[in-house]
Amino acid sequence: MNNYELMVIFTPVLSDDEFKAGLKKYAKLVTDAGGSIVAENPWGLKSLAYPIDKKTTGLYWVMEFTAAPDFIETLKIQMLRDEAVLRHLCTKLDKYAVVYNARKKSGAKTGTEKLTEA
Amino acid sequence: MAKNEIKYLTAIKAEKREKKFCRFKKYGIRYIDYKDVEFLKKFLNEQGKLLPRRLSGNSLKYQRKVSDAVKKARQMALLPYVTDLLK
Repeated sequence: MNNYELMVIFTPVLSDDEFKAGLKKYAKLVTDAGGSIVAENPWGLKSLAYPIDKKTTGLYWVMEFTAAPDFIETLKIQMLRDEAVLRHLCTKLDKYAVVYNARKKSGAKTGTEKLTEA
Repeated sequence: MAKNEIKYLTAIKAEKREKKFCRFKKYGIRYIDYKDVEFLKKFLNEQGKLLPRRLSGNSLKYQRKVSDAVKKARQMALLPYVTDLLK
């Protein structure tokens, strides 16, 4: 069971409850396949740095979960088939990343604060 | 003596370049988050291009991690591929 982090951009035309439904669908997909969701963080509407598919804003959603390695393939196929999803990125988290996310979630100091002013 | 040759009483001290250090080793940062845009912007120049190691002072290992994180951020439209006056 590896740690993964999934970031998804939904089309902004999506209404709020469709957006929620989309989140639940993928969250259920993870739990069905035997994985578990560590954290879920919808950023909501954000402007994109460059237009994707003629849209300049997108609904961002970040989810951290643990799953079996072969689950990622099925997740990708689902994502590509779903036309509400503009873009998705699934990254494997190494042990430092997991520590970083845990500290960031609990509000503890991650190293970068001292760095931003340096 | 050439007219334009100016003689200074004391020699001009070459501007002492402060020793560059790899901030990741110094502050003990192990993971560079691709979502942390403000932090990544420190490694980009005005046009959103990656700064070379000689300017950012990073060690090779962390420069690669920074470039991976920036490329992921660009993929997810958190950072532009090319822009002007990014800062």
